[in-house]
Amino acid sequence: MAFLTLEGLVKNYGTFKAIDGLSLEVQHGEFVALLGPSGCGKTTTLQSIAGFVQPTEGRIVLDGRDITHVRPEDRGLGIVFQSYALFPHMTVAQNISFGLEMRGVAKAERAKRVVEALDLVRLGGLGERYPKALSGGQRQRVAIARALAIRPNLLLLDEPMSNLDAKLREEMHIELRAIQRELGITTILVTHDQVEAMTMSDRIAVMQRGRIVQIDTPFEAYERPHSPFASAFLGKTNAFAGAVQLRNERCCHVQVRDTLLHVPHEDRSLGQDVNVYIRPEKIRLTEPGLGRINGRIALRVFLGNLWLLAVDSHFGLVHLTQPNLGHVPPAEGNEVGLDWSDDDLRLLDREAAHGQV
Amino acid sequence: MARYDAEHVGAAPWLLSGPALLVFIALLLAPLLLTALLSLNLFSDTEGVLPVYSLGNYIEVFKDDYFHEIFLRTGSMALAVTVLCVLLGVPETIIIARMAPRWRSTFLLVVLGPLLISVVVRTLGWAILLGNNGLINDALQGLGITDEPVKILFTQVGVIIALTHVLVPFMVIAVWATLQRLDLQVEWAGLSLGASRLTVFRRIIVPQIMPGILSGSIIVFALAASAFATPAIIGGRRLKVVATAAYDEFLGTLNWPLGAAIAMLLLVANLIIILGCSKLAERRFKQVFE
Amino acid sequence: MHKNGFFSLLFHTLFIGFIVAPLLVVMAMAFTDKGYLSLPTNGLSLRWFRALLDNQEMLDAFMLSIKLGLASATIATLLAIPAALAISRYDFPGRGTLTGFLLSPLMIPSVVLGIAFLRFFSIAQIGGSFWALCLTHVIVVLPYALRLTLASTIGLEKDIEQAALSLGAKRWTAFHRVILPRIRTGVVGGWMLAFIQSFDELTMTVFVATPGTTTLPVAMYNQISQTIDPLITAVSTVLIVGTLILMLVLDRLVGLDRVLIGEGK
Repeated sequence: MAFLTLEGLVKNYGTFKAIDGLSLEVQHGEFVALLGPSGCGKTTTLQSIAGFVQPTEGRIVLDGRDITHVRPEDRGLGIVFQSYALFPHMTVAQNISFGLEMRGVAKAERAKRVVEALDLVRLGGLGERYPKALSGGQRQRVAIARALAIRPNLLLLDEPMSNLDAKLREEMHIELRAIQRELGITTILVTHDQVEAMTMSDRIAVMQRGRIVQIDTPFEAYERPHSPFASAFLGKTNAFAGAVQLRNERCCHVQVRDTLLHVPHEDRSLGQDVNVYIRPEKIRLTEPGLGRINGRIALRVFLGNLWLLAVDSHFGLVHLTQPNLGHVPPAEGNEVGLDWSDDDLRLLDREAAHGQV
Repeated sequence: MARYDAEHVGAAPWLLSGPALLVFIALLLAPLLLTALLSLNLFSDTEGVLPVYSLGNYIEVFKDDYFHEIFLRTGSMALAVTVLCVLLGVPETIIIARMAPRWRSTFLLVVLGPLLISVVVRTLGWAILLGNNGLINDALQGLGITDEPVKILFTQVGVIIALTHVLVPFMVIAVWATLQRLDLQVEWAGLSLGASRLTVFRRIIVPQIMPGILSGSIIVFALAASAFATPAIIGGRRLKVVATAAYDEFLGTLNWPLGAAIAMLLLVANLIIILGCSKLAERRFKQVFE
Repeated sequence: MHKNGFFSLLFHTLFIGFIVAPLLVVMAMAFTDKGYLSLPTNGLSLRWFRALLDNQEMLDAFMLSIKLGLASATIATLLAIPAALAISRYDFPGRGTLTGFLLSPLMIPSVVLGIAFLRFFSIAQIGGSFWALCLTHVIVVLPYALRLTLASTIGLEKDIEQAALSLGAKRWTAFHRVILPRIRTGVVGGWMLAFIQSFDELTMTVFVATPGTTTLPVAMYNQISQTIDPLITAVSTVLIVGTLILMLVLDRLVGLDRVLIGEGK
């Protein structure tokens, strides 16, 4: 039995469909990310679960209880808002104990739980400060502590890291994930940052135009995207247009320019127009002539932990990355060969590509 | 604008603001100083202003019951007006803030627009409404609530009503400014933590707009205490406030020194109220608000 | 967001009624055909507006107020622009004090200003002069012009002037080709607000006005102090309508809430 179920959610604003038939099942203790570009409906979905938006159609069931029409103050969820939404006129401790006060928790017990919450987010000792005197990262931790102090059965995170700088964000991803694992609390994260989604979640629900287009573990979603949209949204990729020349049950041969590519595990009709995808990290540099195709290095950029290269070939501009293992790849202008393993090729119908990202 | 730091500055800013500064020194500072000096002169009915310096006028104001009554009346009226402005203005501002944008701008215009209309016109309207033959009395008698005209004009109540009308826009302005800075998500956070709508209002919204309410109250009180036209027209000759008393002495009795003394006291009181209360409020709220 | 419930809207309606009642009453009474203060129960008449055109005293006062307003608003704005530039552009010792000083008339009761000016005029023997009166109005309205001009000079991006200078423009050219157009709305808004405040000014002017320099509000005040007749309601109606028009222009130009509250829409 799923812990949280969204059934056929629809939200219309006039003629605009913010949520267009969305269904989702989340298991107890699971961390699910709603990932998508702005306008895809992920925030509206979160706000529906929270109760600030009333869905036009559909049901929301939490732990066996239908909460679709329950008022937000009666749902008992923990929410971390994008702007943190700390009460500016209350101290950190007062912020955290507010939810407990609303639940009638006794004063002594409240004080104890506030200390616990502050220790959980590693802000011990800052209880008497006002939000104004805290840094962005500290405010975020207070927001998290405040949401968790009430021991909710569901935690909602609305793009909580978007206001932090890159380094802090990375740290918080890991820390928040650790807290969630430790408490075992069911969590829904809304984000447009695919690294964030992949770092923290057990499953990613990719959203586009009010619907979930794919829901998978981070590895599956990245390695086997179901659509060009999902493919492009999760990481970078190379796409080569071609047509199917040969096929059997086990693989396809796709003609891309003058090269025949062998794509295992895929099946398409003969002559069908398709795109062949391969991720940049799956391509290797070799000597010219020793790879599948040849090319000339057009761009070489060093990013610290890896090299970013763009190679001009008869397939077009091919992007690849190479981990920084100590040796420097050839400079711009040099001829190289490109190689890969057939298992790393993916196939998606070209028709599905039109009109998408 | 390109900001220049203190090193490169030289005389430029003073040259630019020079003209305004000179006008102000000559025509604001000088007259005020002269008035302060005047307040230290004495006056006799026969000889006019005497070129002596003494604190006689101030002593008279502090000792005379006549002036006690006036200052007390002015202060209590100002207090009443302030309380009314809070009770009426604060809810109204919140209500307007909750409207759809189109209605919001319209009603903001309706409520704040009268500030641009001369106080004479606004007070005239109240004089007409509150008179014995005025509309309010006509309505009261028409509805059978009273048999005779209720005297509202020329009473303190009348002045308080009219002054509230004149000054409530200032309260709206002060509260509106703080309301604009409220984060909607903070209210949602309160709800999500289990607070009822009423509790959210009481514990989360009101404390945040308190600085606005306070600064609005300070402004309203100061303006009400120094009001002239409205108490003069609605209150009439016999209901004196500080400002009309100063007018009487200056242009009636021609006791300029006494009039000047009253004016100085009013000025000092005003400055104390505005600056003093603002400093207190600032200190109280400094740690909490940007 | 919480919408307004029934009781809120009821309160709101009563509040709005409270705000407009005196103004509506005044305007209604201006259209009476009777010779005394009354509602136009017999139908609307323009007799009092016609009477207004024959009343030399009121017309003179009106013209004076207009001239006074134009003069003091213009002078105040001309003084305020360089001061605003100085304040927003340079960080110099005494900047806060200067700003406070130029805005101080807002904190000084009008009665006190009136008495102070009267005293000053009597010593300087310039009692009945139009320009003396004008300068007092300049003092009173300059804070308004300054506040609005400051709002637009402070909001100006730092780099625009630097960009112009780096492209070879001389200081003055940079000023009137790049800066002035950008602060134009603040300056014009400031001028209009200054004009309105000057026109409306009563309390201070009561002290310094003389029979030869009586502004419209003072003339109306003197009249009301004796007796209220429909003529004064006709004058008031003209003022209300005129202000309404100016208000709409001001709102279209700068946004009335920014003018009165100081924060952007």
